[in-house]
Amino acid sequence: MGTLFSFFVVIILVLIAWVGVKAANLHFLFGIIIPYIAILTFIVGIIYRVVRWSRSPVPFRIPTTCGQQKSLPWIKDSKLDNPSTTLGVIGRMALEVLLFRSLFRNAKFELREGAKLVYGSAKWLWLAGLALHWSFFVIILRHFRLFTEPVLFFVPLLESIDGFLQIGVPLLFVSGIVLLLAVTYLFLRRIFIPEVRYISLASDYFPLFLIFGIASSGILMRYFFKVPVVDVKVLTMGLISFNPDPKVLEGIGILFYIHLFLICTLFAYFPFSKLVHMAGVFLSPTRNLANNNRMKRHINPWNYPVKVHTYEAYEDEFRKFMKDAGIPVEKE
Amino acid sequence: MYNSRNIIIGLIIFAAFVTFPFYNNFGKAVTKPDPKLDTPEIQKFPENERRCVEPKEFMKAGHMQLLNGWRDSVVRYGNRIYVNDAGKEFEISLQNTCMKCHSNKKKFCDECHNYAAVKPYCWKCHIEPKEKET
Repeated sequence: MGTLFSFFVVIILVLIAWVGVKAANLHFLFGIIIPYIAILTFIVGIIYRVVRWSRSPVPFRIPTTCGQQKSLPWIKDSKLDNPSTTLGVIGRMALEVLLFRSLFRNAKFELREGAKLVYGSAKWLWLAGLALHWSFFVIILRHFRLFTEPVLFFVPLLESIDGFLQIGVPLLFVSGIVLLLAVTYLFLRRIFIPEVRYISLASDYFPLFLIFGIASSGILMRYFFKVPVVDVKVLTMGLISFNPDPKVLEGIGILFYIHLFLICTLFAYFPFSKLVHMAGVFLSPTRNLANNNRMKRHINPWNYPVKVHTYEAYEDEFRKFMKDAGIPVEKE
Repeated sequence: MYNSRNIIIGLIIFAAFVTFPFYNNFGKAVTKPDPKLDTPEIQKFPENERRCVEPKEFMKAGHMQLLNGWRDSVVRYGNRIYVNDAGKEFEISLQNTCMKCHSNKKKFCDECHNYAAVKPYCWKCHIEPKEKET
């Protein structure tokens, strides 16, 4: 249900771009206005989400402890898996953000031969997740050739590594293929593993289909249905200097507009969906706090100093009524 | 807002990353590439006969695939004749057919290739035309 719904939403998005540009000739809307709205929504949305998160107090340290806590000097503590210092936290976060360390610990368990519970390693999710995120990152960096002039030094470097197989012209980029494979795996995983399928919602499938659409439209545009890349760069450079040139819009093929519209959808959808884990991972209290509960005093921010009403004050306030009611008081 | 120092630092880093293209390009006047088609060899043709082996729009976006096909055709299959969509025959040769008209590599090829950060490896095998510095 969620699968089909998400699939058709992406198809409809493609059709919107197709009809909007081909039939309704809304080049200006799809090439200039929507990208601006999308990037603005993205930036404001992320800031809004982070600020809203930051209003929640974190009164107590709740890091997940995956190793020996620092205690007595002769007990070896686990500096990354149970960090007690800021440096340890930075190391833990870096491993988490760059290498998905906690996903690496992913394990599967199942009942075998009746009542025997067995545990096993399950690294495919970690591998596909890592492949997806890193290839996506490389692809974004590669796109800087359309957003910088002169082109930044790392772009040709990245392209030469990415295209080192020298297959075809333009050179085949490995990152595009890896992204497609990874996103396909992550989708099939949701379909074929019953437990995962049970908890999968439309909001899980939709980003996968959307990324699939973005990657495949990009690949089609690069290798099969060519668009004039110089015109594309004139458009992108115009966009980032707030001086877009509408003259180039007509000459760029429909596939570019589909690609762009799907990306705009992704950007605008980002802050309001699970994708915002990009910002959220940095604010996970189970990861970003040092486990120093027993070394430092952490004061609960929402009720300290605690407002107390002592008995003396209570009696001062109600003495007259207490006496009238015949209740014994300590001070006359 | 709790931990406002870290939150604000984080948000500034985020904004700096996302808006990088905008401020990186701020105040720079980027000139569009303007490939020149005015070589003496092209000028020799009368105005209405100045056309490439395939239509301009196709060549603009897909010349690299045409050239790659030409390379395979000559190097792998020994076929040096290309018949275009209109049925006209051309000799397949980068140096003798393409560069005969487009003798101005700097103003024709490099103009766009540099702009789009494309580094074709044509000239690893072919001899690059010598041009006078202008």
